Amino acid sequence: CFPDTVLIYTLSTARALTPQTAETDAIRFLVGTQSLKYDNQIHIIDFDDENNIINKNVLLHQAGEIWHISASPADRGVLATCYNRTSDSKVLTCAAVWRMPKELESGSHESPDDSSSTAQTLELLCHLDNTAHSNMACVVWEPMGDGKKIISLADNHILLWDLQESSSQAVLASSASLGGKGQLKFTSGRWSPHHNCTQVATANDTTLRGWDTRSMSQIYCIENAHGQLVRDLDFNPNKQYYLASCGDDCKVKFWDTRNVTEPVKTLEEHSHWVWNVRYNHSHDQLVLTGSSDSRVILSNMVSISSEPFGHLVDDDDISDQEDHRSEEKSKEPLQDNVIATYEEHEDSVYAVDWSSADPWLFASLSYDGRLVINRVPRALKYHILL
Amino acid sequence: MAPGSASSPSPSFPASRPWAAVGAMAAAAAAGPSPGSRPGDSPEGPEGEAPERRRKAHGMLKLYYGLSEGEAAGRPAGPDPLDPTDLNGAHFDPEVYLDKLRRECPLAQLMDSETDMVRQIRALDSDMQTLVYENYNKFISATDTIRKMKNDFRKMEDEMDRLATNMAVITDFSARISATLQDRHERITKLAGVHALLRKLQFLFELPSRLTKCVELGAYGQAVRYQGRAQAVLQQYQHLPSFRAIQDDCQVITARLAQQLRQRFREGGSGAPEQAECVELLLALGEPAEELCEEFLAHARGRLEEELRSLEAELGPSPPAPDVLEFTDHGGSGFVGGLCQVAAAYQELFAAQGPAGAERLAAFARELGSRYFALVERRLAQEQGGGDNSLLVRALDRFHRRLRAPGALLAAAGLAEAATEIVERVARERLGHHLQGLRAAFLGCLTDVRQALAAPRVAGKEGPGLAELLANVASSILSHIKASLAAVHLFTAKEVSFSNKPYFRGEFCSQGVREGLIVGFIRSMCQTAQSFCDSPGEKGGATPPALLLLLSRLCLDYETATISYILTLTDEQFLVQDQFPVTPVSTLCAEARETARRLLTHYVKVQGLVISQMLRKSVETRDWLSTLEPRNVRAVMKRVVEDTTAIDVQVGLLYEEGVRKAQSSDSSKRTFSVYSSSRQQGRYAPSYTPSAPMDTNLLSNIQKLFSERIDVFSPVEFNKVSVLTGIIKISLKTLLECVRLRTFGRFGLQQVQVDCHFLQLYLWRFVADEELVHLLLDEVVASAALRCPDPVPMEPSVVEVICERG
Repeated sequence: CFPDTVLIYTLSTARALTPQTAETDAIRFLVGTQSLKYDNQIHIIDFDDENNIINKNVLLHQAGEIWHISASPADRGVLATCYNRTSDSKVLTCAAVWRMPKELESGSHESPDDSSSTAQTLELLCHLDNTAHSNMACVVWEPMGDGKKIISLADNHILLWDLQESSSQAVLASSASLGGKGQLKFTSGRWSPHHNCTQVATANDTTLRGWDTRSMSQIYCIENAHGQLVRDLDFNPNKQYYLASCGDDCKVKFWDTRNVTEPVKTLEEHSHWVWNVRYNHSHDQLVLTGSSDSRVILSNMVSISSEPFGHLVDDDDISDQEDHRSEEKSKEPLQDNVIATYEEHEDSVYAVDWSSADPWLFASLSYDGRLVINRVPRALKYHILL
Repeated sequence: MAPGSASSPSPSFPASRPWAAVGAMAAAAAAGPSPGSRPGDSPEGPEGEAPERRRKAHGMLKLYYGLSEGEAAGRPAGPDPLDPTDLNGAHFDPEVYLDKLRRECPLAQLMDSETDMVRQIRALDSDMQTLVYENYNKFISATDTIRKMKNDFRKMEDEMDRLATNMAVITDFSARISATLQDRHERITKLAGVHALLRKLQFLFELPSRLTKCVELGAYGQAVRYQGRAQAVLQQYQHLPSFRAIQDDCQVITARLAQQLRQRFREGGSGAPEQAECVELLLALGEPAEELCEEFLAHARGRLEEELRSLEAELGPSPPAPDVLEFTDHGGSGFVGGLCQVAAAYQELFAAQGPAGAERLAAFARELGSRYFALVERRLAQEQGGGDNSLLVRALDRFHRRLRAPGALLAAAGLAEAATEIVERVARERLGHHLQGLRAAFLGCLTDVRQALAAPRVAGKEGPGLAELLANVASSILSHIKASLAAVHLFTAKEVSFSNKPYFRGEFCSQGVREGLIVGFIRSMCQTAQSFCDSPGEKGGATPPALLLLLSRLCLDYETATISYILTLTDEQFLVQDQFPVTPVSTLCAEARETARRLLTHYVKVQGLVISQMLRKSVETRDWLSTLEPRNVRAVMKRVVEDTTAIDVQVGLLYEEGVRKAQSSDSSKRTFSVYSSSRQQGRYAPSYTPSAPMDTNLLSNIQKLFSERIDVFSPVEFNKVSVLTGIIKISLKTLLECVRLRTFGRFGLQQVQVDCHFLQLYLWRFVADEELVHLLLDEVVASAALRCPDPVPMEPSVVEVICERG
């Protein structure tokens, strides 16, 4: 048994991180680098849980520096990136869907030294055509779907694409745009896993908005959700109306979208902008945040989670566990608290995410290219499970 | 023997001891006659016997006076008194003396002594003779005197005998007279008794007419007294027909009298004392007390209700109601005075009624009292909004004082307690009112400050400075607090009748004034101040930053001095001394300090945000790829420096300078170049070679050893440098993050270089540790270089020239 290990892997300047969403067995993360001078790459980071070592594979991404990356929920080999292309003293941010070589889909089991020497190239499936809209902020996949629907945010437009012919062609299904004065620009968006995947939430400036993907109309709007720019948001995977957001006011706020006048809860633990907030996919009391104060904070938001009285004992889950002490555990509401503050990073942390395979594992990425993989503290894990 | 020495004592006797001398002479005279019975002897005697007798007389005198012979002679006691040869000695033996002379002395000496002897004898004889002559007359006269006395006594005895017989005669006569008078005396006594009885009877017979007359004249008191006197006698002798008739007459008259009294009693209007008199008379007439009680109280109720009605009328909705003092005066003199009279009269009249009567009175007082209290409370409630405490306290004092009298009379009715309760309630409400007042004053101060801050500055004419505003606010709040304390203090003034109640001595002082008013106000002040931090005004504008700064300083001042001053003042004025726990000064100070800290931190955030927004806009809106070669520092950077300077001035008005880290190098000479900092090179070096990860890992770890993590929104200390450091940190970090989101052309990078150098030139002086500014600006430039596909930095000298020019 390993302690709540810290594994550090350093690559080049990077901002983009995603778990390989469709993979549910191996712990695998994709990291996109950001360099103007060299060819950019996508690192496929395999974490060997048993031996506690990291294996990596490198894919070349020659189109440009990667600002955002997301993996298809249906196909392990398919991913989408938002990247910058500089040409004629103009910067264009484009988005494209790619397929990685077949042998890398399930990771490589060669030794790390060899694999990195032979960089392979991504296969371009299609561009999310952006002749009309120049700046792609992010691309999000329909979470539960078959990997055919994708949403991209470009400036003040929200675009819903249909991927056809095994993702080789992207057809703009529908779109909507923000009206109003000023230069409105989406910064981030998430697709809700609830309501049959018909809702998307976006952030622009200090406002959060909910959209219905069927009619592409606004459902709700939280004006001034944060004092300053909203950087990121995430849906509670188990409670359909709950939503977390973070921003430049150093706060993380939890919302009930049915009542948007006041946040349900506010966390103020970071000392600089909070760039990322992520709910754990299984245990929604675990919330991960990354900030440009170089810290990653894991919080336990029990009181507003789907399990406010602790884990309800499920016979199937724990019948094989030899330890049944949980019976004595009190069932009163638990206190929200910060579980741990991770200070392994030295530069701003722009991305954090949970592994799609192991709910107790998460990765964080800082600007200097340092990827840190951590586990939820063992004590807490057992506390939640038992 | 010297004749002088023998004779000298005797002449002195009459002078010093006349009676002794007389005694001695008498003795001598008494002794005289017996030798005198042989007169023939006396003349011859002097030759032989005289010296001897004289010596004897001398000796007796001497013995009488307790002198020894020798001493009287004045001779030394040397010779033996028993010496038979001593011529003057008592045991002189002439034979022995002669023998001795013959044997011892020669002839010549014998001859001499014989002549001497003869001479002495002669001298003594002559002395003897003169003495006898001198004293003889005296003896004679003494004898005469004694004889005369004997005669006188005999005469006196006869007279005494005669007196005794006379007295016996007188006694006899007196006895005879008294025996004669005895009989008459008895008869006179009997006659006197009959006379008295007759007079009483006369009174009885005259009684009906007298009573009638009294009733006619309205002298009810007199009538009742007569009736009372006669009642018992008539009762006793009612079996005699004549008395019976008198009694009947009397009863008829008495009934009429009683009826008239009742009539008068019912008519009422004549006032409490007369009514009391009526009741007293009726009671004396033996009317049933119970019924009278009821009637008496019913009448009293009528009168008191009248008073209450008039009070209520004063209270009424019509505006020109008398002030509260007048009101309580009316109440005190009208209602309470009336109640007192009733109670006193009742207790005097119906004392015989016992506890049941007292209970009836108590219930009566309680009922009317509660109505009175309700009225008073309504009136006092009208007073709540008013500001004049002294009038209210005086009114309450009157109210309370007036109720002490009936309170003492009617302890069971609990009037005094109820009054004290009302006073306490009013006091509590006043405290609440003052707390509200203080809060309102504080908010008013804040509004004033806001207006002063928002007032457009006339060119060339500065508005009131922050320090001045702060002083105004502080002194205005302090004076409000003092005014409130003084106003509330009236409740505990010695001369106020309720100030010695336990509530006002204990709870009022500690819980009410200290905790409720002062501590409550300071707490609410802190809360109000803190609410500015929580307000959704994060976007700026809602609260002017200067106000935050001012409040922060105000709270800090409270922490350092004002709180302890105010609390000491309170404790002194109100001598807080009871067991209730009070908030210690330290807790309150900690709260104030925390508030000050939060406000200052919020100030830093707000100001940091303002500058951050400027920087962010300037980075986000510019096309960095196609920018021209830098010629100037961008205007926004100058603006940033200007604003920072303005903030520095603003903070400097209220906060001390603070400590700066000593820096040896002349930092204004530092120039930025992309590669000036060795750490940046390693840090962002490309790392695609297989060995690179190890190197960069190592490098970054080494960096970690040397560079401290910068906490951007770190807690602020209470000084100017710390505040400015916080603001600059926030601003530069924003700049860094914004730069990282952009892509720069060559000239874009150079422009950033210029801008950063300019900032470095001006910002280092504001911060505690200028290394911090270097570090952040270094990183900004390095990040820009990293975000530049064609990083060709500008020559440091050119950068310097541009900055100096601009």
